[in-house]
Amino acid sequence: MSETTIREPLLVELSSPGRRGVRFPEADVPAAAVPEALRRTSLPLPELSEVDVVRHYTRLSHFNHAVDIDFYPLGSCTMKYNPKVNEDMARLPGFAHIHPLQPEETVQGALAVMYYLQEYLKEIVGMAGVSLQPAAGAHGELTGVLIMRAYHRSRGDTKRNKILVPDSAHGTNPASSAMSGMRVVEIPSDDRGNIDLAKLKAECDDTLVGLMITNPNTLGLFEEHIEEVVQAVHDAGGLVYGDGANLNALLGIARFGDMGFDVVHLNLHKTFSTPHGGGGPGSGPVAVAQHLVDFLPGPIVEVVDEDEENGPTYGLVMPRHSIGRVKAFYGHFGVMVRALTYILSLGGEGLRQVAEDAVLNANYLRVQLQDTYHIPYNRLCKHEFVAEGRWEDAPGVRALDISKRLMDFGFHPPTNYFPLIVHEALMIEPTETESKRTLDAFVAAMKQIAREARENPEVLHEAPHTTPFGRVDEVKAARELVLTWFDWPQQG
Amino acid sequence: MYTPHTPDERRAMLAAIGVERMEDLFADVPAKYRYPDLKLPPPMSEMEVTAEMQSLADANLTVQDFISFLGAGAYYHYVPAAVDHILRRGEFYTAYTPYQPEVSQGTLHAIFEFQSLVCALTGMEVANASLYDGATAVAEAVNMAYHVFRGKRPKAVLSPALHPQYLATVHTYYDASDREIVVPHEGDPTATPDALLDAVDDRTSLVMVQYPDFLGRVYDLSDLAEAVHARGALLGVAVNPLALGLLKPPGDFGADIVTAEGQPLGIPLSYGGPYLGLFATRKKYVRKMAGRIVGESVDTRGQRAYVLTLTAREQHIRRARATSNICTNNALMALAATVYLGLLGKDGLQQVAALNYHKAHYAAQRLAGLEGYELAFPEVPFFNEFTLKTPLPVAEINRRLLDYGILGGYDLSQDFPSLDRHMLIAVTEMNSKDEIDLLATALEAIAREAAA
Amino acid sequence: MSWKVAPHLKYTKNDEWINPEDGTVGITDYAQAQLSDVVYVEITVSEGDEVQQGDIVATVESVKAAADVYAPVSGTVVAINEDLADTPEVVNSDPYGEAWMVRLQIADPAELDGLMDADAYQKYCEEREA
Repeated sequence: MSETTIREPLLVELSSPGRRGVRFPEADVPAAAVPEALRRTSLPLPELSEVDVVRHYTRLSHFNHAVDIDFYPLGSCTMKYNPKVNEDMARLPGFAHIHPLQPEETVQGALAVMYYLQEYLKEIVGMAGVSLQPAAGAHGELTGVLIMRAYHRSRGDTKRNKILVPDSAHGTNPASSAMSGMRVVEIPSDDRGNIDLAKLKAECDDTLVGLMITNPNTLGLFEEHIEEVVQAVHDAGGLVYGDGANLNALLGIARFGDMGFDVVHLNLHKTFSTPHGGGGPGSGPVAVAQHLVDFLPGPIVEVVDEDEENGPTYGLVMPRHSIGRVKAFYGHFGVMVRALTYILSLGGEGLRQVAEDAVLNANYLRVQLQDTYHIPYNRLCKHEFVAEGRWEDAPGVRALDISKRLMDFGFHPPTNYFPLIVHEALMIEPTETESKRTLDAFVAAMKQIAREARENPEVLHEAPHTTPFGRVDEVKAARELVLTWFDWPQQG
Repeated sequence: MYTPHTPDERRAMLAAIGVERMEDLFADVPAKYRYPDLKLPPPMSEMEVTAEMQSLADANLTVQDFISFLGAGAYYHYVPAAVDHILRRGEFYTAYTPYQPEVSQGTLHAIFEFQSLVCALTGMEVANASLYDGATAVAEAVNMAYHVFRGKRPKAVLSPALHPQYLATVHTYYDASDREIVVPHEGDPTATPDALLDAVDDRTSLVMVQYPDFLGRVYDLSDLAEAVHARGALLGVAVNPLALGLLKPPGDFGADIVTAEGQPLGIPLSYGGPYLGLFATRKKYVRKMAGRIVGESVDTRGQRAYVLTLTAREQHIRRARATSNICTNNALMALAATVYLGLLGKDGLQQVAALNYHKAHYAAQRLAGLEGYELAFPEVPFFNEFTLKTPLPVAEINRRLLDYGILGGYDLSQDFPSLDRHMLIAVTEMNSKDEIDLLATALEAIAREAAA
Repeated sequence: MSWKVAPHLKYTKNDEWINPEDGTVGITDYAQAQLSDVVYVEITVSEGDEVQQGDIVATVESVKAAADVYAPVSGTVVAINEDLADTPEVVNSDPYGEAWMVRLQIADPAELDGLMDADAYQKYCEEREA
């Protein structure tokens, strides 16, 4: 224990009693007394100067990998470049300093932002209505499941409680379904990586709420029988929910609405270039077909008045049979500003170029790596593909070792151990913003690692070598559970 | 723009893949769906898009254009310059969830600090890496309490004086599930905390109150905590974190779960989001808590290091049996709150909390003295927000106040018909004495004109 | 690969074991190896609870996975191993001994006949690795 070294102290260790980083003006009103029973007696916060704080977080920032630093092929997360202009737009005072409860006539610009974004997203996915309120992808899923249930109940169809989820699905799909009290049934994949159609049909009965399906799926493959899948679910009276996590592959290529989907959630922080922020804030708008429009969470923005001179007036409206709110206010507005800026920058043709280049890049990597890495479902992929990180002649090497070694080349690793149906999965999503030069460097690194796996596996097991930190002991963290600095054995 | 390939490079890459045209990459998409004609505006240059967005921004009036007394769950506070400078570092905002600790210590370290600061503020033992906002944090509290009792206590009793949008969110999440959501005196937020107890029985997992409540009132909750615990349930308290610079933290009076809207801690109003959900509890319940959690450990080189821990609770492992479906947190907003608290520190937070308190009390005293106006709860303590009875409908007053350049308080009749002519007024460090005096002058004039 | 089995125990397809003599229940060496380092054990039943065969009696977590432990047979819970909360690592080091999780008073000994003996279980483990 005592030999542990400290690379960067915590705020509490940098603290000096009496120091502070911000001064506020003196009160210009008389002091009011706080009743004794309610008054706080101690406030154990650290005390630092502005210089202390700025240097501390600047140093910490150097410990992160980020899209702004280098390639980040984290499958299913769409780590594309986040344009700088988007950041500036979200910080315009006219957007950053408006209160969500201001009178609507004072925030027509903000409502227009939301209205345009609603309209554009509807057009992009081919749906009739959209709510921007959900805060993230998983939140959008929960919203979508609640909408499906509300729809069935509104028709007096109350015995439906089953949601079908492919075994390749993101864990959030079954978790979101279960959280809303649904019964989850997993459907296996077939040997081409599609959902097993026979097994799907066997589960399509009158208890079916719907199917949650990701298309392209988490193997990066377009669902080859999508028309039959949708038909089977609809024939049973169920609804089809599209997890839009992988929409990047379909922008301007195909639309969920045209394919017969009833509900879809989008991830603005993936497809529409809003930054991931180290794990949020995201934004997970939900779009629906005409028969579900009235069930959307609200309020949403509509044109409430229109005159020739002044143009449209926007207002916040609650859909008629809305499931209600899923969070306070209207969603992550700051994220919406960024996404709208992105859509306006690219236009329809730019969005299609995004999808084409994302798919081009993924297939290029797949083809370059297919002789070195086993790719279990090796066919034309969309925005990503899944390789196996294991070889028979390198028995001790696992996907995790490959991932850690990639860090030594300055790359973020692919997604590991997901989807669950591939052994030692390495899920690689390059995105459209990477140049051929970057992709070639990545291919060279992956090939070198494959050689090292046979010739010098130790260098993989001990990786990473060049990062500021080595592998972290997760077992110790989970067994000892030091979750705050108050958990330390002795303070100070 | 953001796609770097030249036509030559595209051709070379297509050749390497073994297809001729870009369209061949989409051969698996049924032809009838392929290449829809998207009715979107043509692409814009950065100059054009900046002008377009600027014009939309200019169509809004901001709290900087007004003198604002609007709160009701989102507050205009001063954000020190250094906060946004840290947030604008690409190393933070263009990273993802810190799954790979070797290249994510910046984010992980900051989240550990965030968890520690949330515990310092609330007096609790553990906190997660944040949730979406104050509303969803309450919904997760309901969920957590349900799991603590393994579903054997399906009922949650929620105070009618919780933020109405938090209550609405909880209803949306659970009304059609096997959780029982009970809001005694729903629609009448004037009820006091002890009025909840009749609904608390041995099927109740959670009693949830707000501190200060939606009407601004601050009650000593010690007796409630005792009574709730005597019935075997947990006490959840939704707080304004800034108020805890001055007020006794919920951990001191026996809260089991503390949630908060973290927006007052250095996050701009931004028309309602992104904000920050805070969530803290006692260590014995940590495995039932939703959201990411960072723990301290050591790396292979003997360096102190941080890592996501207790991940077996989460959806990517448990799938349908996870504690919650939550995946991301609001990490960048948590970083904002961490930097904000780091900059203010103990003295700074106490000072800004005191400024809010003093100014709100000055305002309350000024406005209560006006003809036709009175405090709705003159005997009950408050922090920076209080309820004022008005002689006219609040909507009418607020319309008139705009002429004075004042953004009036929240019209409570929007949520509670019984609170017709009740205005919820927020006063923060951003309001000067002169502004408060102007509000008093304006309210007085509006009442006088109406009477005339 | 080979995994320890104990000759006097009976085994389930879900990798639990039960001692027919005293009714103690735990998870097997194979199961702990699949989970890797166990960091937490939660016993989800209390003394006196009646459980049916297949009911969840405990949950075991490692850093990578979580597994539910099901009652191999029906019975009444007569004891739970409270020490495991503080020493989850014994699930890895001594799965058939110190890491017992609950003790059942077996309701119907005939249910034991439906479980595997040590040889059959050993074979079952090998099949899954093939």
